[in-house]
Amino acid sequence: MNIINILEEIEKVDGEVYERLNPRRAAMKSFYGFGSKVVLAALPMALGSMFKKAYGQTTTSVIDVLNFALTLEYIEYNFYQTGINTAGLIPAGTPAVAAIANIRDHELAHVNLLKGAITASGGTPVSYTAASFDFTAKGNFPTVFSDYPTFLAVAQVFEDTGVRAYKGQAGNLMSSPSVLQTALQIHSVEARHASHIRQMRKAPAGGGVTALKPWITGANDSGVAAAAASYAGEDNVTQLGINIPGLGFSVNASTEAFDEPLTMPQVLSIASLFIK
Amino acid sequence: MKSLQEEKEVLLQESGILTAKLQRRSFLQYAGAGVAGVALIAAGCKKDKSTPGLDTGVDLGTGDIGILNYAYALEQLEGAFYDAVVKSPYANIPANELALLTDIRDHELAHREFFKKALDTSAIVGLQVDFSSINFADRTSVLNAAKGFEDLGVSAYNGAGKLIKTLKYLEVAGKIVSVEARHAALIRDLISNGSFADNTAVDANGLDGALTPIQVLTKAKVFLKTAINASNLPTS
Repeated sequence: MNIINILEEIEKVDGEVYERLNPRRAAMKSFYGFGSKVVLAALPMALGSMFKKAYGQTTTSVIDVLNFALTLEYIEYNFYQTGINTAGLIPAGTPAVAAIANIRDHELAHVNLLKGAITASGGTPVSYTAASFDFTAKGNFPTVFSDYPTFLAVAQVFEDTGVRAYKGQAGNLMSSPSVLQTALQIHSVEARHASHIRQMRKAPAGGGVTALKPWITGANDSGVAAAAASYAGEDNVTQLGINIPGLGFSVNASTEAFDEPLTMPQVLSIASLFIK
Repeated sequence: MKSLQEEKEVLLQESGILTAKLQRRSFLQYAGAGVAGVALIAAGCKKDKSTPGLDTGVDLGTGDIGILNYAYALEQLEGAFYDAVVKSPYANIPANELALLTDIRDHELAHREFFKKALDTSAIVGLQVDFSSINFADRTSVLNAAKGFEDLGVSAYNGAGKLIKTLKYLEVAGKIVSVEARHAALIRDLISNGSFADNTAVDANGLDGALTPIQVLTKAKVFLKTAINASNLPTS
């Protein structure tokens, strides 16, 4: 029996076990001290009490992240659902109908998945309906449901922002490997959506924004000045202290090759424009 | 120290704990329960590795360095593939399609060179590729191979995230995986418009794929002449 092996096993389900046993040295010291004084049969009890102490109040931050994600998914789902319900907005008889429905279905699946995860973790999921939102963003996009190119432009901003929002929370989920993996699996789906919406905007019916690419070039390639906050920092070309253009790549390729995160406050500030 | 009967129970509990894949929440209940200690201790004694076909060759290494080398290996594969595509494009390739594939080539090469620089002296050697199964003169063959690489890349990063112990490495993996997903969606749309996130890529819960390094490398090694040793990579 090796205490280090045990801790390694625990680390597999909880990457932050050592931080939880804070201060680590003190926890280990008290454990070894305790172990020397009690009979081996009592060891499990000692372990249990040590871990109970370490794991007292730790689920809040993960639930906070899940509720943050749920808020964004509610915004996206209701946005697409309202667009689908608006007669004449999405050109009938085109592939756009199926594409938007597919994306809407994913956002609803994410809402349901996150609600379930929060409830299962003992938290209370936030709750929103279509009436909770103002998709004109306080008057910034007055034609969001009457002008198809504007609808797609806002969709692009939602998807790119969603990608950045999940990316920014990865670090806060390191303590919960299974939640982290699920968040990553949602994150890449949002990126797939963003890629496709960007292609839709290039088509004549979608606004003919021909310079747009499926990936993000520079600081704000959306053509929507009001969306600057959603793209702030996307022009970063330094990763882990390495200057990517210095490796022989164009500045454009260097910004495109790496998507950048947004912090929770940055995202909430953007999201607040859409919440009544 | 223990009776035979106790030993037997411990063994039974051990197999249970290892096959059940503890979720964090159940672990919390477990840790608080006290009675769980014996099973945990038994689990702590267990060490086993099984990586058939991926246990000799270029050693990816251990821990975070191993995961970064794993990503570097995949980016080498993708970079070499798109390099070949762009150097001799299939016949009658539309200009916009070549421009998009050239962009992807640049992104993959940037990822490759970034990992090489970041890993420095810990970086694995350049890998020899085997693209004999791909017909570079044929659009369908090229795009299907590209789709395979991109979807696999997304699943690889999604599955590797939880294996990374250092925040800055997890963050950089996150910065790359969404770009791979953008590629995957575009390639799929080039093959069939609207298939960017169909039910062969995204499940009923709206989730993209996630695969372990061994699952990924088992698929990827078909395209590698160089043998890879992934047996020292973290598995959880």
